[in-house]
Parts: sequence; structure tokens; C-alpha cells
Amino acid sequence: MSTTTPARPIDALEAMFAANRAAGTKALAPFVTAGDPDVETSVAVLEAIAKAGASLCELGVPYSDPIADGPVIQASYTRALGKGISLEGVFRIAREASARVTMPILAMASYSLIFRRGIDRFVADAVAAGLAGFVVPDLPIEESDDLDAACRTAGLALVRLVTPTTPPERAEAIARKSTGFLYCVSVAGVTGARTELPAGLIDRVKWLRTKTDVPIVVGFGISDPDQVRAVAAVADGVIVGSALVRRIAEAAGQPRDAMLADISRYVADLAAGCR
Amino acid sequence: MAATTTAAPPMSGVPDAYGRFGRFGGRYVPETLSAALDQLERAYAEAIADPAFAAELDGLLSAFVGRPTPLLFAKRLTKLAGGAQIWFKREDLSHTGAHKINNTLGQGLLAMRMGKRRIIAETGAGQHGVATATACSRFGLECVVYMGAEDVRRQAPNVRNMRLMGAEVRPVETGSRTLRDAINEAMRDWMGSVETTHYIIGSVVGPHPFPRIVRDFQSVIGRETIEMSRKQFGRLPDTVVACVGGGSNAAGMFYPFVDHPEVRLVGVEAGGRSGQAGDHAASLSYGSPGILHGSLSYVLQDMDGQTADVHSVSAGLDYPGVGPEHSYWHDMGRVEYTSVTDMEALDAFDTVARNEGILAALETSHALAWAAREAATRSPDEIIVVCLSGRGDKDAAEIARLRGLTADGAQA
Repeated sequence: MSTTTPARPIDALEAMFAANRAAGTKALAPFVTAGDPDVETSVAVLEAIAKAGASLCELGVPYSDPIADGPVIQASYTRALGKGISLEGVFRIAREASARVTMPILAMASYSLIFRRGIDRFVADAVAAGLAGFVVPDLPIEESDDLDAACRTAGLALVRLVTPTTPPERAEAIARKSTGFLYCVSVAGVTGARTELPAGLIDRVKWLRTKTDVPIVVGFGISDPDQVRAVAAVADGVIVGSALVRRIAEAAGQPRDAMLADISRYVADLAAGCR
Repeated sequence: MAATTTAAPPMSGVPDAYGRFGRFGGRYVPETLSAALDQLERAYAEAIADPAFAAELDGLLSAFVGRPTPLLFAKRLTKLAGGAQIWFKREDLSHTGAHKINNTLGQGLLAMRMGKRRIIAETGAGQHGVATATACSRFGLECVVYMGAEDVRRQAPNVRNMRLMGAEVRPVETGSRTLRDAINEAMRDWMGSVETTHYIIGSVVGPHPFPRIVRDFQSVIGRETIEMSRKQFGRLPDTVVACVGGGSNAAGMFYPFVDHPEVRLVGVEAGGRSGQAGDHAASLSYGSPGILHGSLSYVLQDMDGQTADVHSVSAGLDYPGVGPEHSYWHDMGRVEYTSVTDMEALDAFDTVARNEGILAALETSHALAWAAREAATRSPDEIIVVCLSGRGDKDAAEIARLRGLTADGAQA
């Protein structure tokens, strides 16, 4: 690596995928809602999942009207907002966690929040908080030029999503714009654990693989080690969201250490499917 | 066309190909919905180029809806106000009792052109839900309506009517349990059903091309008003006023007038209990540019961009956003936006009920309150047209409750 080029936030993400590729392993990418149940616990959860084998984390930024999310993540956003989580709190979680772990952290944030804060300020806050980039679930490519330019300048990843309803030529255009990795949404629908992988998913990932060199990470509906193993066989990474959010919610009231131990075991089981 | 001959494009020349009304509008949705919105845009372009589509819709608007709706002189209200003449554009006489049917028939026909046989909709006051259930019954389409649980309570007669016409009403228990949450749930349904389902959005909100399509289908209101004004007054009205929640009756009324700068256009938002945050639903009066439900417009939100809680006595205006074209007209100064409180709207409901023999919807009562107040300050040769967007039968029980009356309207 060149010693003269200053490190960019996206470098850690790219290095992580390169290391996994070299080792023949895949990236487990848990999703954690920021501030559910509180800032301190979120920091501890990020630390625990990194130790348990997560390669990267999607930090969900609570939003009042998340139309791409199913009941589990909606409820976690509502709880976190009800406890007063603010963007300052979200950035604090990222800053404290990224100081303790090497696992890259991306913010999953509605464009409503980014637009309101202003792109430049949001990007600057993200860089200062040690985030590696963004997943913006409600920003299609047609509307993304401004954020794209700001992320490129700041060296942040702007991860794009392709879905089962995306036509092939559009999927290629999206893949070309995606930086960090390409988020392959497994199902047409909202987030949430499902009992079976959707038909055609594996073939869709294989097809995408022929169209882009950017790492492909699959998310939505994946919750158990067998599903993780099946997806990891063809993709570069697997996102597990609602199932983990639910475990954290169900552990509310337990001592924090017991909850962290439970989360760590669960993530370690999932991570085993990525090796 | 335009009454002026300036070099600038006419005010009506929006949206552009990206669904932009000036800086507002656009399409901020999950990728899952992109293909369906592209499909809808294509289907709409083909439909409006097809004379058979217009013929079928016009036939329905005439024989099924009862259009054109009349323009009525509100004689006693005018006398009471003691100034300008007040006229009502009688959308309340439309089949199902409100303007909403203009849009649901148009979008129902579009859905069938796209081969989609399942319809979802959100509803606040229930008028759009009823209009959607009606169109689906007429066309033989499956219909699911999402409605905030609070609104299910407030607007029980409409819930019953939807069910009578075969629609499934799904109460929404999340968030504030009102219109905004009903839209969220409808969008989530659509995320998983988009290949077989069309979402008939009820107002000029949402991602492109919805704001344009709904405006176009509702513009029959303004076109008829222009035609009748010329016939009945020999000129255009001085002032046209409509209530604004999401803003579909106002957009449909105003759009044909925006290129007639001599006509003053006034949108009346829900002033609720007070101007304090959380006490009203006046997005243009108190909000700031933000993104809600897929488009950029004025939104009531906090510093982080979280949508604010809102309040209105009227379930149809109880919404923290507004259609992007209204934001455009607001910024261009073409339409004035103001607000009227719950109490003023309730008083206007009573006044019009007792003096004009019309139970107006609580939404509409906001526009009526403003018109009566304004008329008092204007000369008798001036003409104010109110878009009487809907009838108020649905509100009668809630008004009785708020007034402390018994269910049969007697003093308790």
C-alpha cells in the first residue's frame, strides 16, 4: 500500500473484502439498530459482534417512517426514537465503536435524514465518526448524484441496492455506480426473517457476479446458519438484520453481559456459515 | 392557454421528466418500487395518448360519478358574510360524496391497462378508501385499504361503506395511527406485491409519477369551474379557495387556473389547536423542505428530519406533508397558503349546515371558514369560489361527540 495516499474510509471496507477473498471466506454483515435499547448498549453490541466474527456492520439509523422495513426493524426504530436517540447519538455510537474495533461500520440511513442535515454536513459527520460509508435504502440511482459526488470526495462507500424487480440492464447500471459493495436484496418486500430463501436468488447472485467485480452482499430475510451458508457459497457477504434486532429486543431487561453473550453466540454461529 | 405572454414557461409546465416541480417532487423510494413506477409512467403516457382511455373515463365521470358537478351560489352564507359573493363547486355531489372518485376511476383504469387486478390504497378520512372500494367494485378488482386505527374510529361510516362494497379494511396500529402511517403500510404492502398490485395513492403526494397523475385526474374540477364561471359570470372568479391536506382537491381546482394570474388562489391548511408544533398539520405554513413518502416537499419535521406528530380535527388533513406541486406554487408565490383552526372549521361546518342546507366535510369546512371570513372584507361584485370537496355525513358522529351532543344530535 502506498504510504503517500491518505487513508480513505472506504479503504478498510475494500481491504476487508480483499482479505476474505484471499482467505476463501465470506463477510458476515449484521445489522444493528443504533440506540436500541440505548447508546452504550449499541456500542457494546458492535464490539461483541466484531469479536464474534462479523466482518462489517450495518448500523441502522432510526427513522420515523421507514417504508422498506418490516415490523421488527420498524419497532426497533420506534423504541430507539422513543428513548430519544438523535443523529448526534448515532454518530457517537459509530465514533466510540470504530475507535475500538477494526470492523468497518456503514450507516443504513434514510435519505430523508441525510437531506435534512445537508449532504455535506452529514458526510463530514460520518467521516468524523469513523463510518466507512452509507447504505441509503430510499435513494434510487436517478436521485443520487449529489450524495455520490460528496461520498467520492470524502472517500466514503455509497452502497447501492438491486432487487428482484430490478430489470437486468438497470441492475448493471446500479452495479457500476455502487462503491464498497453491491447490496443484493433477496426478496421483493420489506426487511424481516423468512423461513426459506427465495427461489432464483442463487442464480441471480451468480448472474450479478458475471456483471460486476464489486463485492456482492445479500440481505433481507436471512436469519439462520444454513441460509447464511447457502448464500455465502455464491456471494461475498451476507447481511442478517431483523433476526438479530429481535434477539436484542427480547433480551431487554436481562443483564447486559447475558445479552451480549447471547448475541455473540448467535453471530458466531452465523459467521461459521461464512467460512 | 396562458393569459400572459412572458418568455418564462407557463406555471403549468411541470413536472419535468424526473417528476420535478421546480426543486420539489422526484422519486425517493426503495429500488424495489422503481420498476413499477417506470411501468406506471409508461402506462399513463400511453393512456393519455389513447382516445379510448379518455372516452371511457369521461363516460364514467358522467354516468357513474354524475359530472359535471354544479357551481352553486351560496346565497345565505354570502348575505351572512356581507361582502363578496360565495359560490360552491359541488364536488360533494359526486358519487361517493367527494372529489376522490375522479382519481380512483382514472387509476383503476390504468391498473387494468397494466394487467394488475389487485388494488391497495391508504385513506385518512375514508373518502379515498370509499372511492377506491367503489372503483374496484365497478371494475371487479380486489381491494385492500389501509387506514390508521384512530381514523377507523373517527370515520366509522366510511369504514362500513368500504366493507359493504367488498373491500378489506386493514387498521394500522403503528405510529400515530393516522394517514401518514396508513401510507407507510400501503407502501410496505406494495414492496412485496408490486408485480401484481397497483397502489392507488389518494392525493398529489408520493413518488413521481403519482403527484402528476392525481393532479391530472382531479383537474376536471378546475376545468369545469372555468367553463361554468364563463357561462354563469361571464368571467373567471376573483378568488378560488380549497382546503389542503395532501392537496388533491386543491391541486385539481388550482391547476387549470395557475396560468390565469388574475385569479387569486388560496390553499387552506389545518391550523389545529394552535401554531405550536404538534398542534396543527399546516406543512406549508410551518414546515421546511424535506422528504416524506417518496418526494421532496414541505414537511413538518424535527431538526434531524424525523417526521413530526401533527393534529387536525379533520382526519383528511391530518398529514405532516403536502404535495410537491403545492410546495412549488408556494415558493413561486402563485398560491397563497394559510390555515384555519379546528374551532373555526367546526363553526363553519355549523354555519353552512344551518344556512345552506349542506353538511360539508370537516376538511372542506376549513376552506369554507376562510371564504366566509374573507368575503366579509371584499366588495359584493367580487366572486369567491370554494371547492366544496366533500360531504360531511362521515363527520356527523364525531362532531356530535366533540360538541358533547348525543349520537342523535340532541343536547346531552
